[in-house]
This record gives sequence, C-alpha cells and structure tokens, in this order.
Amino acid sequence: MADPQHTQTSSQAGWIGLVPAVLSLALFAAFASQLPAIAAGDVQRLVWEWVPALGISLSFLLDGLSLTFALLISGIGGMVFLYANTYLAGHPQLTRFMLFLTGFMLAMLGLVLADNLIALFVFWELTTITSYLLIGFGHATENGRRSALQALFVTGAGALALLAGFILLGITAGTFEISALMAQGDTLRAHALYLPILILIIAGTFTKSAQFPFHFWLPNAMAAPTPVSAFLHSATMVKAGVYLMARLYPTLSGTDVWFWTLTIAGAFTALFASVLALRQTDLKQALAYTTLMALGTLTLFLGQSSSYAITGFVTFLVVHSLYKAALFLVVGCIDHATGSRDAETLGGLGRAMPVTAAAAALAALSMAGLPPFLGFIGKELLYAGILALDAKVLIFAAALIASNVLMFAVAGIVALRPFWGRAHGVPPRAPTEAPLFMLIGPVILGALGLMLGLFPAGLQTALVDPAVASLLGQDTKAKTLTLWHGVNLPLILSGATIAAGVMLYLTHRPARAALVWLDDRTPSFDAGWDRFLKGLKALAAWQTRYLQTGVLRNYIAATLATVLVAIAGTMFARNAWPQMPDISDASWPLIAICLFTCAGAVMTALTSSRIAAMAALGVVGIGVALVFIVFSAPDVAITQLLVETLVVVLVAVALLRLPLLDQNGRDTRPRDAALAIGLGATVTAVILAVLEAPLDRRLTSFFETASWPEAFGRNIVNVILVDFRALDTFGEIAVVVIAALSAYALLRATSPAPNTPPRDTPTRQIATPSRAERSNS
Amino acid sequence: MEALLALTIGVLVATAVYLMLARNVLRFIFGLVLISNAANLTIFVAGRLTAGAPPLIPEGAKAPVGEVANALPQALVLTAIVIGFGLFAFALVLMFRAYTHLGTLYSDDMQVAEPRSTASTPSHLTKDTQMTERPAE
Repeated sequence: MADPQHTQTSSQAGWIGLVPAVLSLALFAAFASQLPAIAAGDVQRLVWEWVPALGISLSFLLDGLSLTFALLISGIGGMVFLYANTYLAGHPQLTRFMLFLTGFMLAMLGLVLADNLIALFVFWELTTITSYLLIGFGHATENGRRSALQALFVTGAGALALLAGFILLGITAGTFEISALMAQGDTLRAHALYLPILILIIAGTFTKSAQFPFHFWLPNAMAAPTPVSAFLHSATMVKAGVYLMARLYPTLSGTDVWFWTLTIAGAFTALFASVLALRQTDLKQALAYTTLMALGTLTLFLGQSSSYAITGFVTFLVVHSLYKAALFLVVGCIDHATGSRDAETLGGLGRAMPVTAAAAALAALSMAGLPPFLGFIGKELLYAGILALDAKVLIFAAALIASNVLMFAVAGIVALRPFWGRAHGVPPRAPTEAPLFMLIGPVILGALGLMLGLFPAGLQTALVDPAVASLLGQDTKAKTLTLWHGVNLPLILSGATIAAGVMLYLTHRPARAALVWLDDRTPSFDAGWDRFLKGLKALAAWQTRYLQTGVLRNYIAATLATVLVAIAGTMFARNAWPQMPDISDASWPLIAICLFTCAGAVMTALTSSRIAAMAALGVVGIGVALVFIVFSAPDVAITQLLVETLVVVLVAVALLRLPLLDQNGRDTRPRDAALAIGLGATVTAVILAVLEAPLDRRLTSFFETASWPEAFGRNIVNVILVDFRALDTFGEIAVVVIAALSAYALLRATSPAPNTPPRDTPTRQIATPSRAERSNS
Repeated sequence: MEALLALTIGVLVATAVYLMLARNVLRFIFGLVLISNAANLTIFVAGRLTAGAPPLIPEGAKAPVGEVANALPQALVLTAIVIGFGLFAFALVLMFRAYTHLGTLYSDDMQVAEPRSTASTPSHLTKDTQMTERPAE
C-alpha cells in the first residue's frame, strides 16, 4: 500500500540514517545518565529568558515524568532511525524523511521537557507540523495528502483551543511556568475560570491523543511509512496529549469534571477502539486501533486519583510504548518481506522469518498481558486501579476488562497468526528474513518487555517511582511492581481475561464478519469529516460571493457605511451630539462665499455635463480659497488658487479624450444619496463637537515665540514649513515627485489594444469608441 | 463663523461621497477633489478662525503683536493641498490609462483580473464585456 519504490534496493542501506540514530542514542545515553539523580528525587531546571516582558521563558524541567518520556522518545527513536535507514533504503527522498523524523523527535523532546506553557505550545505545534510532513510523506497519493491534512486540521484546531487554555491558565495563575503552577492546584481548582481552562486544554489533549470523538484521524495517519507509525503512534505524537494531562495532573486533576470527562472519554475510546481493532484485516490498521485503545486506557487512568491507578498509568505507558513500537516494526518487516499486510491471507511466515517471529511473539505476549511479561504487571495494576474505584462506577471496570479481552485476541491476530497460523493465500513476494538493522529494534523492544517483567525492581526505582511522584507528589508512594501479588481479585480477573481472550481468538473470523456487517451500517466519522470539510468550503464560497461582489462601488459604500456607523454610533451611544450651531455671527460676505461653494459642490454632483462639472469644481476651489483669504491665510489661499487652476487644466485636457459622463441616461442613486447625506451630517456634527472643546494652543504659541529668535523668519507659516517641520515638507515634495513619476510611467507605458497583442500599439493611439465598435463587430 | 463653515464642509463631504459612489470613475475623481477640499477646510476650521490677522511677526518685534491667526493648521493645510493635488493628478492619469486600456470608464466593468459572469453585467455595457474576456498578458 504505502512505501513505494524502496523495496528493490533494500540491501543498500546508506549512512544517512545513521546520523540521527547516533544522535538519538547519544541523547538516550545523556538522559539515562540523569536516572540516578532523578530517582533520588532530584528535579532539574534549565532556564533561558525568551520574552521576559510576557513572562515567557525557554525553560526545561527534568523530573520523573519528563525523563520517562524523554527516554522512550530517544530510545525508540534511535531504533526507528536504524530501522528506517534499511526499510527506506534507496528511496529517493530518504534524506528528507530523516530530516523530518529528526525534527519531529527533537520537537517531541522539547515538548516533554518544556517547563513553560508557551514554550510547550511551540513544541506542540512543531510536532503537529513535522507529523504532517511525515504522514504526508507519500504525498504522491491522494490518501496520503488527505490523511496528513486531516491530522493537521484536527490536531491544529485542538492546539488553538489549547493555546487559549494556556493563556487563561497563565493569566489566572500569574505564571506560565509549569513547575510553579503545580503548587497552585488548590487555588486554581477553586477559581471561576477553572472550567473554561479545563475544557480548552482537554480539547487540545483529546484531539492530539485521538480520544473519541476526535479519534478518526489516527487510523488514517497509517498512510505514513511504517517507521513513522512505529514512532508517532507508540511513544510520541499521540502520547503528547496524555503527557500534557499527566503534566498538569497536579494542577488540574481531582475535580468531578476532571474525573467524569477523562473516565468516560477514556473508557469509551478504549472499548470502541478495541472492538474496531478486531474488525480490521490490515495489520497496521489493527495496530492503529489498539493504539487508540491504549490512549483511552491511559486517559481513563489519568481521571483517577488512587495510587494504584497512577502507578498503573505509568507502567502501562512504558509497556505500551515498548510492545507497540515493536509490533509496528514487525508489521513493517512483514510488509517489507512479503509485500502484504493482510491478516486474512498471511500465515506460516515463522519458518522463513524466525527472528521476526520471535520478536513479534515477545511483543504480543506483553500486549496480551501474559506472565511473566511486563504487560502482565501493567494489566494487574490497571485492574487493581479500576477496582479501587467506587462500586457505583464498576461499569468502567467492565469496559476495561472487555477491551483487554479484545486486546488479547488482536495480539494473537497481529503477531501470532501471520507467523504460525495457516496461510489462506499467497503473498506478492516469497518471505525472507528481515535485514539485521530492521531486527534490532523489534528484538530489543520485545526482549525489554520480558526482562522488565522478570526484574521489575529496576524499572520501579528508576522510572515508575519518580514519575508517580511527579503526578502525586513525593509523599505518595507508588505501588510495587511484581509478578506475584498473591491470589486476589486482579489475578482472578486476569485469568478470566486470558480465558475469554483465547475464546475470542479462536472465533475471531466469524466475529469479525459480524463486526464488518455492523460497521458498514453505522455512520462513519471519517465520512462525516469529509462532509464537514465540504460544508465548510461551501460556506466560505457562499460568504465570499455574498461579501466580495467584485464591484468597486460596493466596497467603497461598505467602507463609508462602516465609518458612518462607527462615528455616528459612538456619538449616539455617548450622547455627544453638539449644540445646535449658532450662525448669527456670520457676516454676509462669508455667507455668500459658503453658499457659492455649496452651490458649486451640488452642481458638480448633479450635472451630467462635463464642462459644467469642471466649472463647478473650479467654483468650489475658488470658494475655498476665498475662505482662506478671509481668515488670514494668504499663503494657503495662493497655493489653493494655483492648485485649483492646475486641476481644472488637467481635467480639461483629460476630458478632451474621454467620453461623455452619462452615455446611458441620467445617474440617480437614492441609496447612495442617503449614505452621502448621512455622512455629511455626521462630519458636520463631529466638527461642531470639536469646536465645542477648548483649543490647545501650546504648539502654536511655541511656533509664534520661537519663529524669529530661533529661525529668523517673520512669516510663521513659512518658518514652520521650511524650518521646524522641514522633514515633513521634504516628505511632501517626495510624494509629489513619486506621483509625477508614476503618472509619467503610466502615460508612457505602451497601450495594448484589447484585440491586438501587447506592445505593438503606439502610445498615442487612443482610439476609444472605434475600438468598442471593432470588438462589437 | 466656524459653524457656518462646518455646514459647508458637510455639504462638500455629502456631494463628494455621492460622486465617489458613482459608476463612472470620472465622477469618482470629481468626488476626490471635493473631499480633499473638505478635509483641508476641516483642518483649517478646527484651528479656529481669525479674520484679518495673518500670522506674521512685524519688523522689529520678536513675536506677533496682538492676536493673530493660528499658524499651525495653515502649515498643515499647505502640505495637505499639495499632497492632495499629487494624489488627484495620479488618480486622473490612472483613470485615463484605465480608459485607454479597457475602453470603459465604468468601474463595474473594469474586471480584467476577475471577470464577472455576463449575466450580472449591466445591460447598458454589454458591448464592453468582450474586453474582459481578453486573455491575460
């Protein structure tokens, strides 16, 4: 299905993938060296100021929780790089792939180490973007592009909510530092903004960790090459949401909303996903749904507050990362060797691929929760944790047990049947054992599940205790990880789970057929997503058509109407209307000038004769110049007269070559007239209101007293222009020069006639009506 | 006195807006001239009016004698007049080029970049719609 082009040259593994592999293993070693200090209860912080004014710093926190994640990310990362280097050997874009994957790993490490909410958000979005690139690595296929976009949209939309939640949280608490937030849990939980903060943050974590109803993007993300799935969907990307909920556990958990939201969403996702996992025939899809089940389980346990539940959470987190990465890599080996991932047909590969089969068995037994594997310990703790709940909510225990039964069966289908079951078809290629570098990862990860199960004490002191302390505080001890707790209820439930799981495995083919029948008859979220996107696009197209008419007049009208509403509305709301104007003090000459000006303006607006409009414009210009003369502004009046003359000359020149104003009857527009009168009245009201306020003459007084002593000029206006505000005047000259140059360039540009190729027509040929006729004929 | 000019400015703005909303871009240019006149007058009036006392410093004095007109708005208006003229001249040339290039003065039909469907084109200008179907250069 995916991963084209790489199979032919798989033996020629290049060196390019070894660089990030070495990098991540070095990071793993560096983190591992911190284990003793962290296990001793130490917490390390590293701070760089970033945006101090906003309280945003690039700070990092290394405690039990972040160290657990960092080790999983760098350790599994190293093996995935080694694996991918062989798996994708010969792929033309191997370097790009390695770059994306390295970027993703570093972003993920930043995410789990960040101690500042905003820094964490930045890394969060970096993982979104890099995972988009990785999921869409097979961008030549439509499915790859669609899946990548879907993951980007769903997690990106959640991230926006998350950012809002972070900002609310930071403002409420007065700090963006997570280590400082942990101490404020009690005040924050009692705060009025607690609920909005929680809803926004959970929207972000549920989308990232694919909780129902945001689960649909994760199975689609299997369009990515298998190493990506092994990395993103075992320990990293999808666990980011779980990580964040765990990180903020001391700050936000413990309320009823927290308990019910996480418990219900987690339990439902776990059960729903494990049922759908059984339905899948593609091995990778089946694993994708079991990842959903694991994420649901982790969310369910983060909802609880008992020490059992949190110990179970941390243990299951490690268990799942190990076996899920191993199983994805194994499925990649099968795909690589046979060219098929179909659970219906594959079988009997154990003979040809014994090492792969062994690694698969190790991982699958851990997943199935059989002793003496770590998965068994994890499951025991989960059962103990869920039984610690109130008896009224034992329905969640039922959901957990049911999904574990399903997990057991799926583990068998994915990791045992292809190797030891009977084949029902012939794969595209004859199976051969996977190359060495593709076996290192699954074997080590699978073996770790067994080793840690046999000797859980090391894991307990190194990771589980410190991580539980990160969530519950130093005072609460984690429960002990051990294979044998004595005969108790969790052990009995484990036995029942195994028995029911074996039954289900034996009957899974008819069960699957029934599930397929059922699944086809229930609404699909994936199809709903398509409908949602289609509706969104239709909405955008509709509102664009409605608002963006493409008609200039409508835009101008909308702009002016907005100005009108903003100004008149404000004056109305604040009751700032001016007094009725008193014009009794006006002299007759002034009244004459104003009437003269108004008459010119109205004439310009209403006439359909070009000559009359031009003359009326001149009248207005001269009227304004007269106002300047009357009120002691001779310089302004002279400039106004000169400019007015130039305007009339230019308009006259242009009119010689332009058609009549109204070729098609008179132009009367009552709606525009209403808008125009409203705006004119508002402007008058604003000026009258301005005139009611006293005038601040400080600047004028400064210019009046400084004009002669400082600039030796007796004409104050001139002194302001050429001395005090000389740069403004220079800017004004520059504007005029630029306008002149642009006008010259416009006039000079060759004028391509509509029906002839450009640049052939001389500038002077301005044949207007004739061209219209030509194009008409 | 100021109130009378405020009313005049209102009339200028109203006529300018009416003209700027016209289909014909030549009318838009007329509106542009009127609205820059209105803006200049607004600045001038907001600085209060003083008749018969230009802001000059008499020979021998260090500051103006008696109350003179406000010099600051006058300086601002001088700048505004010149810039307004620059804008007007450029707009006029642009309109002129648009006409020689597109063959119409009607802004609704200047649709080279995003041609509208013929159904929504005003019937009085159908002879010009072929201009809009010209292939891009």
